[in-house]
Amino acid sequence: MRPSTQLERQATPASTAAVDPIKLLIGVAGLGATLAIMWLGFDFLRNSTLPKVVTALVAIIWGVGGVAALFYTANLVVEQTPDTVRRVLQPLIFVGPALFMLGWFLFLPTLRTGYMSLFQASTFDQSQWTFVGLGNYLEVFTQRTMLTAFRNNVLWMVFGTAGCVVSGLLIAVLADRSRFESLAKALIFLPMAISFVGASVIWRFIYYYAPPGESQIGLLNAMVTGLGFQPQAWTTLLQPWNNFFLILIMIWLQTGFAMVIFSSAIKAIPSDVIEAARVDGATEVQSFFNITIPSIQGTILTVTTTIIIFSLKIFDVVLVMTGGQYDTQVIATQFYREFFTNRNFGYGAASRDRALAGCLAGDCL
Amino acid sequence: MSTTTATSAAPKAQTRAASGKRNKLISEIIVNVTLALVCLIWTIPTIGLLVSSFRTRDDIISSGWWTIFPHQAFEEVERIDLGRETPLDQPITVLGQQVTDQQLRDGITLADGRQAQWYSRIQRIVSLQAQVWTTNTSFTLENYQNVLTGQQYTYTLADGTERTEQGNDMSGSFLNSLTVAIPATIIPILIAAFAAYGFAWMRFPGRGLLFAIVVALLVVPLQIALIPILRDYTSLQINGTFLALWLAHTGFGLPLATYLLYNYIAELPREIFESAFIDGATPFTVFTRLVLPLSVPALASFAIFQFLWVWNDYLVGLIFIGSTPNTQLLTMRLAEMVGSRGQDWHLLTAGAFISMLLPLIVFFSLQRFFVRGLLAGSVKDKRFNRKDAKYAMALGSGTACCAAPEGHCNVFGLPHTPRRRRYYNHRAPLRLPVRFKKKLW
Repeated sequence: MRPSTQLERQATPASTAAVDPIKLLIGVAGLGATLAIMWLGFDFLRNSTLPKVVTALVAIIWGVGGVAALFYTANLVVEQTPDTVRRVLQPLIFVGPALFMLGWFLFLPTLRTGYMSLFQASTFDQSQWTFVGLGNYLEVFTQRTMLTAFRNNVLWMVFGTAGCVVSGLLIAVLADRSRFESLAKALIFLPMAISFVGASVIWRFIYYYAPPGESQIGLLNAMVTGLGFQPQAWTTLLQPWNNFFLILIMIWLQTGFAMVIFSSAIKAIPSDVIEAARVDGATEVQSFFNITIPSIQGTILTVTTTIIIFSLKIFDVVLVMTGGQYDTQVIATQFYREFFTNRNFGYGAASRDRALAGCLAGDCL
Repeated sequence: MSTTTATSAAPKAQTRAASGKRNKLISEIIVNVTLALVCLIWTIPTIGLLVSSFRTRDDIISSGWWTIFPHQAFEEVERIDLGRETPLDQPITVLGQQVTDQQLRDGITLADGRQAQWYSRIQRIVSLQAQVWTTNTSFTLENYQNVLTGQQYTYTLADGTERTEQGNDMSGSFLNSLTVAIPATIIPILIAAFAAYGFAWMRFPGRGLLFAIVVALLVVPLQIALIPILRDYTSLQINGTFLALWLAHTGFGLPLATYLLYNYIAELPREIFESAFIDGATPFTVFTRLVLPLSVPALASFAIFQFLWVWNDYLVGLIFIGSTPNTQLLTMRLAEMVGSRGQDWHLLTAGAFISMLLPLIVFFSLQRFFVRGLLAGSVKDKRFNRKDAKYAMALGSGTACCAAPEGHCNVFGLPHTPRRRRYYNHRAPLRLPVRFKKKLW
């Protein structure tokens, strides 16, 4: 009997308890104070002359604490409102901030970029834009540099993705049957933690070119000259093969991702199926192609999709390795160049839209 | 007949077993050796960087980093003074062998296998070199000092001249990166956790549609947002501040955070909410006291993701911080060094390693969570372990969830009860069709 009375009491807690004006006031005051402190804090941080460590610490506390305090005080206010109001406001407090941020940073910009791509714009001032319709797109699809960028993006997409998926799958299969599985997986996975800029430095060092006769300190050229060939400028003069040397960096970075996911998918294959195949006399290769691959088909598809999307967004590697020169430019670096060097915003927006379309198409696969 | 078959079959089976055993051994060796080779290839680039960052400037330029391992190289064993008056335009006699000036300049191999080369052409001293086993092991921490400092420093070149250079102030950038990365990790998690709870357990109009939009935003590349956001920032005048980056990373990280946390929070057992609400808890208390502690594994998974992503980000920083000198991030500083001092490998390698230090520590110490986060969307297992949860509740903290052993997580999600009771403004979690869920990953 007791639980049900408790339930009833709980079902309408606020209607029995009257709104407490004092608590409401405290809540509103707290909310106001938090907002004021956040505003003052921003002003303080902007003009801060304190040592860097102190400023950093204050900034972190200010940012994280401010957001937490906003949630807390806003909830305090809402909890003091009458039941009917609270039912509407409470979900808003929980979901509202996320929706606001998403709207501001992803949803609206998508539309705004699309709108902008229809204009000839070289300033943020909208009154100076001239409408060109699909002119930007026309230009994007006909210019030689842009066409090369598209071609390169296709190269990244096809060879980068294939490289990651195939090597990830092979390593996952090997690791599954080896004696040092976790160590091997950690080593292959490690590059995932390295930034693209850091990885670019690593690989610039490997591809480093010194003229023939000088001592080659780049690993690749040292190996090539050791075998008696001429050293090569791998990422610059070797067009269009230089793209493949850049793609190799992505394969190095992303194989770990594919491998981890494949590895757990392979472990999920029931062992009796593999046992049965073995009893029937299937070779390792046969069971790989006839059992392993069909069993993890779904995982292969999802991993491929994820990496395709990833490869379409590639930017840092190209920018740091070659600056988008020597015909290695991709859509993202072209967008960056149009936007910041040439201040051609509408054009940049159009090329970005093209990339989005690619991503969406990739996702629909 | 039967005996003959038996006797002939027995050795056959034996040989088959033996050859099977041998095949197995061979295949095992092949597998392990191949994998070891692949691992070596995968690790060599990083090792090369690490080793080089400790070598001196002159060493890096003159020899590859692999020379720290024992290798055969020519080393001077003897010097011969030919006398200052030796004419250079005639054949020169070295150890009874006729050589020319040009040959001594390039280095020539003598009959006894030693190499002869000018040590000093003006003083007519020839150096004789023989192949010996050697290692190149002079290491230094100077590169790190020079890269970290923001002050000027001087160094001496091989020919004795001194040079003064401006330090790269990597320590300042390190601090900047931390200042960006910590809030840009915590804030989106906080906001996303609130939202995930709201979407999973609260009832409000438009819930399904809004959540579908959140999930759809997962595929929007962040580059598309850069121009409009930069425009907003310019009018708000927060370009070049940390706040700009926090907001941007929060916005860009939210879809994934909300989606991942939703998956986890929606699977929490309904009973714990019921009992809490019966005890008169408000949604806010339930969220802070129950949901957050119970979701620690999911929060940790995403936190690692977001932290690595923000720390390693280059593009967002480049666009919203630009060239403001005081707020340069590590990746930006490193990229700038590549541009301005692309040949100074002693500095670049040290700088690159500094930029990777924290990610590597995070990665190695929290690898389990990282992998779990990766798997959360694509492979269906190990999400919520009811036993772990009860254990955690008993202790009253979420830490137990991390400590609880992994595995056998077969029971998760809600028991399928035909009658769904509704308390307060809460309801059962919204469920996406499985096909839809799969597609996103």
